Amino acid sequence: MIEVNNIFKSFDSSEVLKEIDTIFYRGKTNLIIGQSGSGKTVLLKCLLGLYEFDTGEIIYDGVSSKNMSNDEKLEISRQMGMVFQGSALFDSMNVLENVRFPLDMLTKIKEDEKNSRAMKFIERVNLKDAVNKLPSELSGGMQKRVAIARAIVLNPKYLFCDEPNSGLDPKTAIVIDQLIQEITKEYNITTVINSHDMNSVIEIGENIVFLKEGYKIWQGTNKEILKSKNREVEDFVYSSELLKKLRS
Amino acid sequence: MKFLHDIGKYFLMIKISFSKSCKREIIYKQVFKEINDLVLDSIQIVSILSFFIGGVVSIQMALSLENPLLSKTLIGYATRESVILEFAPTFISIIMAGKVGSYITSSIGTMRVTEQIDALEVMGINSLNYLVFPKIIAMLLYPFVITISMFLGIVGGLLAISLTGVPSEAYIQGIQMDFDSYHVTYSYIKTLVFAFVLATVPSYHGYYMKGGALDVGKASTKSFYWTSIIIIILNYIITQLLLA
Repeated sequence: MIEVNNIFKSFDSSEVLKEIDTIFYRGKTNLIIGQSGSGKTVLLKCLLGLYEFDTGEIIYDGVSSKNMSNDEKLEISRQMGMVFQGSALFDSMNVLENVRFPLDMLTKIKEDEKNSRAMKFIERVNLKDAVNKLPSELSGGMQKRVAIARAIVLNPKYLFCDEPNSGLDPKTAIVIDQLIQEITKEYNITTVINSHDMNSVIEIGENIVFLKEGYKIWQGTNKEILKSKNREVEDFVYSSELLKKLRS
Repeated sequence: MKFLHDIGKYFLMIKISFSKSCKREIIYKQVFKEINDLVLDSIQIVSILSFFIGGVVSIQMALSLENPLLSKTLIGYATRESVILEFAPTFISIIMAGKVGSYITSSIGTMRVTEQIDALEVMGINSLNYLVFPKIIAMLLYPFVITISMFLGIVGGLLAISLTGVPSEAYIQGIQMDFDSYHVTYSYIKTLVFAFVLATVPSYHGYYMKGGALDVGKASTKSFYWTSIIIIILNYIITQLLLA
């Protein structure tokens, strides 16, 4: 579980995150949603420790970010897995090497064990036949699956995904969403997904945090968001004419 | 102010790239990869350039020394001095700023644009140690490239001069004349300094670049510009300190 208490973050004179208070639950797919420029990516990067926030604190399963030493930060960061928007796979490495990379860098386990562990996660994301392929030889959806396998190979406590289905067709996007949700349940991970895709919100949004202009406007589940009377949430959810018609 | 900020950031980058080292076997692997990409892959172009430029230098020397009162051995002597003192270490380093420097900036810059560097940082890996440190170590072999350049420059001079009718014995005698080993030492000192610049300045421009694919190209151009300028300025400073 990750607790966010009163986070403020600004760049130069512009405040990007203001008074953010929220909780991301373990074993659930937590979504941060909002329009472009609402502060979703900044919040995600604060959770990841890539950005230092100005005030407030983040509590990772009881461990506060306040007064955390560099070693403690490193310890927390090694419990995190991240799926980037563009997958961020290493171009010169094949699928197996990409998934094995965190094991090579951060563990002292034997070669055979590294390979078998990497293979276990590659099979979990259904890419057994693509182990020797380079990222450039994979489709967008396959690249995302490799990125997911790489993110979970160290059995992280926290999984962060930055728009995991951007650039994918709707069918593949749902496959990726479902895979993330299955993995979240299977390994009991605190998963935080940054998204503005309504399909994802409806499909896997077990805990949704809606941001607008740096403020948290609303929080609830996928069932609640469809019935929400909050005007800003309604504007976001029913932004397309088709959805407006379906609603009416 | 931005200039001073960049200088500070550059030295901090070097400090971080030497700290919190990744696992030894990973670094070894990276070093060998970089030796291949930065050093071995440069030998071909350096060899061709050195051979022909050595030839041109000796022909120009022969033209300048047509006076029968001047010994033909001076052609070999002057070619040797030009190649060892200036052409091989400095001129080749400027060319390497284009070849190796652009490669380093664009490869690290692409990693930045495609979030691969962020991926390393999220894993708790010191990305500067993983990406920049092996390049610095690999470039310690750069004097080997310059040695080949020196040798082929002088050989190119010999072949070119033999085609102009000047006896090759005079050239060979010239390249042995008044040899001062300190000039070679000076040349290698310069080479090692330039090797460090060639590994770190393009890395800086790639690592801290912002923007998209188009900006990778811009960063490579900027990296070539600054690497060349720094090499030329350091060339002057080292020459002033060691030879003046």
